[in-house]
Formats: sequence, structure tokens, C-alpha cells
Amino acid sequence: MNHNDFNKLYPRRTGLLTPRNMEKAGYAGLTVLTILTVLPIIAVVIYILVQGAPAISPSFIFDMPRDGMRAGGIWPAIVGTIYLTVGTAIFSVPLGIGAAIYLAEYAPDNRVTQMIRIAIINLSGIPSVVYGLFGLGLFVLFLKFGSSILAASLTLSIMTLPVIISTTEEALRAVPHAFRVVSISLGATRWETIRRIVLPQALPGIVTGVILGLERAAGETAPILFTGAAFFLPRLPQSPLDPTMALPYHLFVISTQVPGMPVQIQYGTVLVLLVFVLGMNLIATWIRSRARARRQW
Amino acid sequence: MIARNRLTEIGVTRLIQLAGFSSIIFMGMILYFLLTEGVPALGEVSLRELFSSRWYPIEGFYGILPLITGSLMVTIGAMLIAVPFGLCAAVYISEVAPPRLAAVLKPLVEILAGLPSVVLGFLGIVILSPFLRRFLDLPTGLTAFTGSLLLGGIAIPTVISISEDALNNVPRSYREAARALGATGWQTIWGVTVPAARSGILTAVMLGVGRAMGETMAVMMVTGNAPVLPSSLGALFEPARTMTATIASEMGEVATGSEHYHVLFFIGIVLFLFSLVVNLIASRLVFRSKGRAERVLS
Amino acid sequence: MSLFEIYDLTVEYSDGTESLQGVTMNIEANEVTCLIGPAGGGKSTFLRVLNRLNDLADVKKVSGKVMFKDMNLLDPKIDVIDLRRRIGMVFARPLPLPLSLYENVAYGLRTAGERSKAKLDRAVEQALRQAQLWDEVYDRLDAPASRLSGGQQQRLCLARTLSLEPEVVLLDEPTSALDPISTAKIESSILELKERYTFIVAPHSIQQAGRIADHVAFFLQGELVEYQPASEIFTRPRDKRTEDYLQGRFG
Repeated sequence: MNHNDFNKLYPRRTGLLTPRNMEKAGYAGLTVLTILTVLPIIAVVIYILVQGAPAISPSFIFDMPRDGMRAGGIWPAIVGTIYLTVGTAIFSVPLGIGAAIYLAEYAPDNRVTQMIRIAIINLSGIPSVVYGLFGLGLFVLFLKFGSSILAASLTLSIMTLPVIISTTEEALRAVPHAFRVVSISLGATRWETIRRIVLPQALPGIVTGVILGLERAAGETAPILFTGAAFFLPRLPQSPLDPTMALPYHLFVISTQVPGMPVQIQYGTVLVLLVFVLGMNLIATWIRSRARARRQW
Repeated sequence: MIARNRLTEIGVTRLIQLAGFSSIIFMGMILYFLLTEGVPALGEVSLRELFSSRWYPIEGFYGILPLITGSLMVTIGAMLIAVPFGLCAAVYISEVAPPRLAAVLKPLVEILAGLPSVVLGFLGIVILSPFLRRFLDLPTGLTAFTGSLLLGGIAIPTVISISEDALNNVPRSYREAARALGATGWQTIWGVTVPAARSGILTAVMLGVGRAMGETMAVMMVTGNAPVLPSSLGALFEPARTMTATIASEMGEVATGSEHYHVLFFIGIVLFLFSLVVNLIASRLVFRSKGRAERVLS
Repeated sequence: MSLFEIYDLTVEYSDGTESLQGVTMNIEANEVTCLIGPAGGGKSTFLRVLNRLNDLADVKKVSGKVMFKDMNLLDPKIDVIDLRRRIGMVFARPLPLPLSLYENVAYGLRTAGERSKAKLDRAVEQALRQAQLWDEVYDRLDAPASRLSGGQQQRLCLARTLSLEPEVVLLDEPTSALDPISTAKIESSILELKERYTFIVAPHSIQQAGRIADHVAFFLQGELVEYQPASEIFTRPRDKRTEDYLQGRFG
């Protein structure tokens, strides 16, 4: 079949519906849909900034709430969220990094390892409120920690674990295999190789993953509802066995449970929570891009 | 000196192994506690009662059917929004957008993923639901539809990022081959690239379903919390109640060990099973597609 | 008694790639022994058996006997950490660790537990001098190793291996990625140092074997075809296949 026959059999489409025009229209459609997806995100962030900024003042940040939380500040909620985030980090970071090291450096390719991977995937998919039930059953009631920072942190830790494990494992696997062979050939043991070469090289990636995991924990409400969150406390928690206020739960309370709540306090609280969470996100992104630029391999 | 180093090595190795196995241990513990606290519900409430259509715990009615249908309705609504938008955005970011624009869009999607669900719930209450009430002329803006819209927003980042990974993993040579045969970029995307990435995209959809089904706070804040069995499509614009919201709003007030307490844990088991199925399907898709790629390569 | 006495060494990988079949040979101390032959013939595998780096690979089966002095290297119970300090290795590609020059060379000693700064300083300088790199880098030992040129990096790797004062140094095509000047420096290091160390080298060309070898072993598809003093094998190869290879008919 020569080219003329081809053109007779399959005449070039003319008019509006040429493949070129279809492509143009399709791309335009995709662009519009993407803009529709992304624009609300920007709008929401800006809107919260504008609405919340007037509420922000030193006394809003550092004062205790007054008048049934309708006045005063949100200091105990801020402190509580910091406590919970740090508490979560204490448990989940060593455990998560350990598990990732196991999977990346030690685990044989067998059924047990595959079971671990499936367990991690499933842990990451369990609804956060089910973690709350689990924390209530194990930490609050069975281990008798009561509704406390300790119980809530432990619950959040287990929820955060899959994120930390998978990002850390990815960071470890990105370190070239040759470094390990060289280190071993010089008489280093496996652990020395990990400690002296692999971990330092993977550190930025690990830190990024840890922050992203903790960011999620800091913004969660459902897992702490029955494990450690308090509606209102007249003073800051004194020990890990005390319950605590927390920013996300506080926002839930003042937007649904308290009638006659001044809108400004609500938006102020949203803004503080957002700065907290997106600030962590920003730090993580910054560490990642800086490490990529400096990497020697 | 040497001996001490060897001891460190053995000790550290044991600790790392223990950490490695922790996920299985936690998975087992979660299952154990859900079962010990939730299964007694079956002794206290008959199975027929449990799957009846009336949820009114104060008077001893524990029918979880309206809660299950509430969850399903809101989730399906959310996916009808998240899948088309998420997939199109993923295709746009990975196949169409110039690299610089893609580098801006990706962090924006991450911001959406990082927004705590209470923040979305709050915005749902103060902005979205009054708007819907006026715009659609409803008696209340707190409806299943409002929940679907928010959940769609919550599931979109999951759908985008995992579909985008899948699209990026399609070998360049596939696209080049299609272009060499005279296909336009548009034809290549829908004729070659997206079909080649379909198992990854299905995984994205499944994980999006899991995310939407398991979401608690945003749904609880905007769906109006009415445990009614939907009778028609119009129920989408009436208040509803999901399983997650029921646990979250009622667990705080029940007596430990009571009937109501056990039934709430039983709902937890149902949710756990839903997420298990969704995740097993998603991970099977991943494992299977990997196996296929390896077969092709060897 | 020879330094290495190898009987009937057979190695098979799970994926069926490069293997060894029934290799029997002795390797003498304080000589340069070169392993030649086409790629995939078993040279790398042979080298990796000698310091047990094969432990990291997916090996299906190893049999035979590899005596190093009075130690059987195939015995799973031997102290491989100690063995790798006594038998060092330099790889084909320059592979500096992502550390400073100094820390690269001191790495082996530090992991062995050496804490004395003075001893480390002395060992680093000595190793860098032996690898003929000291004069080029003595004033920037704290710079990242990745900033050196490829040739310098490979000499750094040689110095890193020598810093442990091993008994044997294995070199797997150490100059395949290098310029002629760096290649010459590495070859002259080897010739100068063979009174102190035993070298087993997979050279990257027959010519290189000719310049440095005392003994030459010709490997073909996992089989040791011929093993002779260098002067013999280059002038009067006994096996037809060796002759063909040396004359460039294949390889």
C-alpha cells in the first residue's frame, strides 16, 4: 500500500474534529480541572490567613481561655499539641526507624517479611477513630494509664508508625549499595556500616519523613478523643498521666460544642493550627530540597 | 574491646529485628482489643437487631444498618468527586504541565493532604454548608452531600499522588512508540499511558476509598448526624450519620463495658474489616503488577 | 607452603551468572598474581571468595577448599570481620565513601576501634604516601573525597585499603576507569609495595598483566585454563585457548 492508497483509505479528518484540535481541547479541559482542584486550596489558605490574622496577639497565644472559652487565649491547647507531638515522636521515631532499618538492611526476602509489609500497609489504612478505640482498650483501660498524654501519645505513635517506616525505608534504600560493600570490605560490621555510612547519608530523608508523620499526628483529633483530649482544663497538664487540651480538638469543641462562640477566636485557632502543621510541612520540604542539592552521589 | 563490639552488634541486631516485627505485633494487638471489646455485643444484642434499621441507643435500639449505608453513601459521593478530579490533575501534572508548573502544583497538593480534617470540617460548617443551604434551597446545609464534598477534597491528594506515581512509572518507550506511530499527545495519554498505569490508578482509587471511609472529624461536623436509612437518591441532600462519626460522638459518653460500649467497638470491627478489604485489594494490585513487570523483564 | 592453597573451588549463583568450576591453584606471598580472561569468566567471583564479600551476594553453592595459611576461607565459622582486615579489596570503580579524605583512609582503623589521633594521623599519611597521593592532597585532608579526580579517588581507595596494613590486597580491574597517569601511579605502587603485601589483581588489559604480573592465571567461563609464571605464559602458552586469547582472537 503506497501513501496515496493510505490517504484514500484513511482520509485526513478536516474541520473541527482533527486530532490536533482534540488534543488542544483536551489539554485545555485538563488544565481547567486541575485549576479547579488546586485553586480552592490556595483560596482556603489565604482566606484563613485573612480571617485569622486579626485574632492573633500575644495574649491570644499565651493566655488561658476565659468565659467558657469565649474569650482569652488558647495557650493550653498549643502546649498540649506540643506535648502530644513530642510524646508521639519519643515512641514512634526510634521504633519506626528501627523497623525501617530492619526492612531495608536485614530482612530476608521471604514470607515473614511480606507479612510485615502487609501489616504496615494495613496499619496505614486503619481509620483513625479505630486507633482511638484501640488506644482506649489497651492504654486507657487495660494498662490503666487513664485518659492521659501518655495514652494519647502512644495511640498516635502507632498510627504514625507506617508513615515513618515507609519514608525511612525509602531514604535508606536511596543510599547507593556500593557504600555498604566498600564499608564491609574494610572490616566494618553490618551495624557499623549502617551507623557510620548509611544512616548519616539517609538522615535528611528520614527527618523529612518523620516530620511529615508527626505533622499528621499533630493535626489528628479522632485518635485522642477518648485517650487523652480534654474539653477544658483550668491549668496546664502537670504530668504525662494528666489529660490535655489540644489544638485540633479545641477547634472541634469551639466550632460545634460551644454556642455563641466569637468567630474571630475560631479563625484564630484555625490559623494557629494551620501554621503549626504547614510549618512542619515547610520545614520538611526545605530539608529535603537542601539535602538533594548537597548530596555527593 | 573486640568482644564488646561483637556484643553491641548482636544486641543492636536483636533490637532492630524486634522493631521490624513490631508492625505485626501491633496489628495483632489492635485486632485482639477490637475483638475482646466488640464481640460481646453479639451476646447482648441479637444479630437481627444489630443489622436492623433503627439506631437509637438510649432506648436500646442498636441497628447499625443506617450507619453503614451512611458511610457508603458519603464515601461513594466523595469518590465520584475525587476520582475524576484527582485523576485529571494527576494526568495534567505528570503528562501535560511544564516541569516548572508541576514543581509548584505538587507541594500545593501536599498542603491539601496536610490540612487537618477538623480544619476542613470547620470550613464546612462556616462556609460550605450555609452556601449549599441557600444555593440548593435545603432546610439544612448539614447533609450527606456536604460530607461527600469535603471527603472528596480529603481523598483527592491520595488519588493524585498515587496515580501520579503510577503514571511516572510507565516507561518512556511506551509513549515514544505511540508518538512514533503518529498519535497525538492526547491520544497517547488515554490510549497508552493511562491504560498502562491502570493497576496503580486502581490502587490510588482504593486507597482514596479507604481514606474517605475512615475519615471521622470532618464528616461528623458537617453531615448533620442523623442515623436514617436512605430511602431514595434525595437522601443525599438530607442529614446522615457515618460509622466513624457514631463512634467518635458517642464513645465519650458510654459506660465502659455496657451494651452500647460493646456495640460501638463492634462498629469498630466493621470499619476495621472494611479497611482491611480495601487495603488488601490495593496491595494485591501493587504486588500483582510488580510480578507482571518482573515477568516481562526477565 | 604457599600463602593460598585452593582445591577444587566451585561457586554457583542462584541466577546462574558467572560461576567457578573446580579451580585448583596456589598463590605465593609477596608476588603479584594476575587473573586474566574475558568478562564473566569468574575473576571477580574468585576475588570475592578470598575476602568473603561473596557473603553479600546471592550464592547458591560453594564447595572445595580455600586455605589461607591454616584457615579454610569457606568455613562459615571463621571471623570474616578479621579476615577482611587482613585481605583488603579495591574495586573497579573509584568508590570513595561520602566522607572527607582523611576519614576515608581512617575508616577501617576507626571501625577496628583505633581511637588515638596520633596513630590515625600516622597511618593515614603512610597509606597516602604508599598510594602516591600524599603530595597532591596533604593540605586538604578535610575536603570531601568526592571532590578528587577519578584517578585520585582510586588512589584514595588503594590508600584506604592499605591503611589497615593487610597481608593481601585484591584489586578488581582497579584502573579500568582511569587516565594513563593515574594508572601508571597505581601500577608503580603495586610494584613498589609487593615486598610488604601480596597482590592479586584482575588487570584491565593483558598489557597491564605483562607490566606487573609475576604469575598469571587465565580464566575462561569459570574454568582455570592455565596458570603459569608470567614469563612462561606470555611467551609459551601451553593451552591453545590461552594462545588465542593472548593473540586477541576472542575476549
